[in-house]
Amino acid sequence: MRYAMVIDTKKCVGCSDCVVACQTENNVPIGYCRDWITERVEGTYPNLELELRSERCNHCENAPCVRCCPTGASHIIDGGIVLVTPNECIGCGACIESCPYDARFQHPDGYVDKCTFCHHRLEKGQLPACVSVCPTKCMYFGDLDNPNSEVSQLLKARKHKTLAPEAGTKPHVYYLI
Amino acid sequence: MEEELFTSGRNIPNIDPSLQIWHWPISVYLFLGGLAAGLLFFAALSTVLKKEDETPATVKYAIIVAPIALVLGLMALFYDLTHKIFFWQLYTTVRIESPMSWGAWVLLFITPLSMLWVFSYWKDIFPKMDLRLSFLEKFRLFLAKNRMKMAYVLIPLSIILGIYTGILLSAFNARPLWNNAILGPLFLVSGLSTAAATIILFSKSHSERSLFSKIDVGLIIIELALIVHMIMGYWAGSEVQLEAMELLVNGEFTVMFFVFVIILGLLLPGLLEIMELRGYKVPVVVPAILILIGGLVFRFVMVEAGQLTRYLY
Repeated sequence: MRYAMVIDTKKCVGCSDCVVACQTENNVPIGYCRDWITERVEGTYPNLELELRSERCNHCENAPCVRCCPTGASHIIDGGIVLVTPNECIGCGACIESCPYDARFQHPDGYVDKCTFCHHRLEKGQLPACVSVCPTKCMYFGDLDNPNSEVSQLLKARKHKTLAPEAGTKPHVYYLI
Repeated sequence: MEEELFTSGRNIPNIDPSLQIWHWPISVYLFLGGLAAGLLFFAALSTVLKKEDETPATVKYAIIVAPIALVLGLMALFYDLTHKIFFWQLYTTVRIESPMSWGAWVLLFITPLSMLWVFSYWKDIFPKMDLRLSFLEKFRLFLAKNRMKMAYVLIPLSIILGIYTGILLSAFNARPLWNNAILGPLFLVSGLSTAAATIILFSKSHSERSLFSKIDVGLIIIELALIVHMIMGYWAGSEVQLEAMELLVNGEFTVMFFVFVIILGLLLPGLLEIMELRGYKVPVVVPAILILIGGLVFRFVMVEAGQLTRYLY
């Protein structure tokens, strides 16, 4: 089992529904967010190109946050999901420094928090909150080890990228381009 | 033209617009840890080489700074934790991959060891203060007898402590300014240099002062060479490393780096020490204090500037 998220940048309209859904589902404190929308504009007027991305923790296969954690609070569970155990986290900030995506933050209660791929929903057979609410259905979630899963099929058929592949983190969030 | 912006109104404290996770206590700790490592290394080395009588300040007096620096450094580290009540989780596991875990374990052993070392010289440091309780005096004599063993343990521990202060930063691939292999040796040499400066401040014997002036001039030359290597490494690197270099040589931290670290912290004190060794009358306090300030500013520059650098995507 290798969970992955595939996000179609051609279908995303940047409505931030995923952000609000996550904040509601996971009780994210006000002023913080586990996912966010990045708008990237390239080119010279009038030849501009716009890319909208819903970003979050990439649940990297080679996760620097897990490697640098001095207590083992940051860990990888079955399915490749990177999680933080609040009661093992000392709030040293090493994992935040180590993340090339700035996906982690210090929760006001002190421990480090981030996207969990909504693993509490996955256990019940539901999709992550962000995926389930997307009004343009631009987000897909599934198992990369299953060649027939929607995510595997999409990655086979469409051109895609990951963020900062040069960081060597092997992200599990893919963007269709 | 290229533009990137958050549209979901992301503005997480200490992360947006730029990382501010590690604050001044970390810089102060990296300085104090390096200083203590250097002091313990020199004291242990002098003992192993049986040169205690020629270097009294190294083994007995300047070394008092080491436990004080370690305790203050640990307090600074603790202060910067945000989930403080769980700090003991550091000692429930050994994580070989995590430099911070290495540091936590080394500090657990080296801090009490530095206190025991100072205690073993109690009679020399405080000749008028008697250890009234006989078992304390017995314990002191036991420590004094085993000083050589402590020295053999302290040499590797102090080197690990000194290098780890640099590796702590260089292990972060996500921060291009930190992510170079030279930072470990560079922080070690800088720590040894600040320790030599502290010994010069404490020493009353001319021969010990001039010995450590010589050592310090050598360390300054090595440190400058390592800094040149570090800059060359960025220069030969990718775009993110070039941007990191810009911060030091042509950006926000250039004045701090060149004026306070390179010129006032290394070149000038090095020159003054050479002049002093050549027989010119230079108050030794001046280069020693310049080196200590330079070492502290260097840690601040690296910690603050490093957090501004990141991957582009």
